[in-house]
Amino acid sequence: MKPAPFSYADPGSLDEALEVLAEEGAKVLAGGQSLLPLLSMRLAAPATLVDINRVPGLDAVDVTDDGVTVGALVRHHALLHHDAAARVQPLLARATANVAHPAIRNRGTTVGSIAHADPSGEMTSVLALTDGSVTVAGAAGTDTVGWRDFFVGPLETSIAGPAVVTSAFFPALPPRSGTAFAEIARRKGDYAVCGAGVVVTLDDDRRVTSARASYVSVGIVPEVHDLTEAVAGAPVEKADWAAAGALARTLVEPDTDIHASADYRRLLVGVLTERTLAEAAAEASARATRE
Amino acid sequence: MTRVDTERTITVTVNGVPREATVPVRRLLSDALRHDLGLTGTHVGCEHGVCGACTVIVDGAPVRSCLMLAVQVDGSEVRTVEGLAHDDHQGGQVMHPVQEAFRECHALQCGFCTPGFLMTIAAGLEGRDNSVEISEEEVDEMVGGNLCRCTGYANIKKAVHHAAAAMKDDA
Repeated sequence: MKPAPFSYADPGSLDEALEVLAEEGAKVLAGGQSLLPLLSMRLAAPATLVDINRVPGLDAVDVTDDGVTVGALVRHHALLHHDAAARVQPLLARATANVAHPAIRNRGTTVGSIAHADPSGEMTSVLALTDGSVTVAGAAGTDTVGWRDFFVGPLETSIAGPAVVTSAFFPALPPRSGTAFAEIARRKGDYAVCGAGVVVTLDDDRRVTSARASYVSVGIVPEVHDLTEAVAGAPVEKADWAAAGALARTLVEPDTDIHASADYRRLLVGVLTERTLAEAAAEASARATRE
Repeated sequence: MTRVDTERTITVTVNGVPREATVPVRRLLSDALRHDLGLTGTHVGCEHGVCGACTVIVDGAPVRSCLMLAVQVDGSEVRTVEGLAHDDHQGGQVMHPVQEAFRECHALQCGFCTPGFLMTIAAGLEGRDNSVEISEEEVDEMVGGNLCRCTGYANIKKAVHHAAAAMKDDA
């Protein structure tokens, strides 16, 4: 349970970090809350760790009307308590509250968990659900990569060659919309057996125009499922969320593992979808009244 | 040119005392505290961030010391369970209100998980306004990341309430 030997650098600029990352077997260390366990269990054995914690300019949360940009060194804890970010995109605080435990949120970074691309991660699914993107700095310059092109497989992204994910962008919640996020875990803060994030949008007459969901620990990469057809046009108070939950069950492809069977996960998808959609719809309705 | 090292000498203030250690860069903070600095009060349980036994306070925030490298605390301030009590200036020590509450409420049995609980709760209570009564939900959230396998959580949670009340009076 000790990491295999490696070399360590903590460069003071992004350019220097990219220089060291160009060496064979180099890996970025940010919060380390997923990486360190992998090292200790020797599931990963990088030759060099490039600690980016001293790189300036990566610790900001920028909030505009368009959305929230989260820098690579922003800890989950900071995002959870960022009121301006929560106003523009409420899913950020709702989901980060479900990320592990307070002591882990104090170190772990939101962007790091996205770059880690664990299908059990909350923020990967939130990036997908909000139709977000990441900014990747590489030797050839900086690129913006949409979530669909970024997540390739479990713990696998489309990043090739030396690069640092410098930020993630989460678009703002549209008008007349509400969100909800819920998880089932054996112990609160543990990896979820199943989690669900949803967005419900209404029209001016408070009829449902869109209901979308993204799940945690279901499938190998984050996906967004459109459940609108089950509830389209229904007045918000009368929408059949159970039907949307039933539809969701037919769309997901969960796997069986030591924690839960695929069938149980599918059941949870139905339950959590129905529950979170109702909650998000109530919020959408309240927002529609205010707006 | 960026330095790439396999060993580093770090300076870290532990419980108010500046300490220096030369460590392999792969050394976990938990092991550096125990092996290099001789502070064995920090316990190592699961060593992959699940149990919380190794929780210490780094620059004011509770963290899992098995999920940090020792080289990452170079220049930082670390508080461990050895630093919770303070001197009474008569050759003895006065326990921290959280330690006192654990004794009072029988919140420890075998004691293995206790240092992690104490540091988590001390940081949690020191970081809140204790004139506001702590809710059951807040207590759950505070201690939910720490595993105890023998005492049970009832008395630990009782101790959090007890300590919060004591710290309100102290403030």
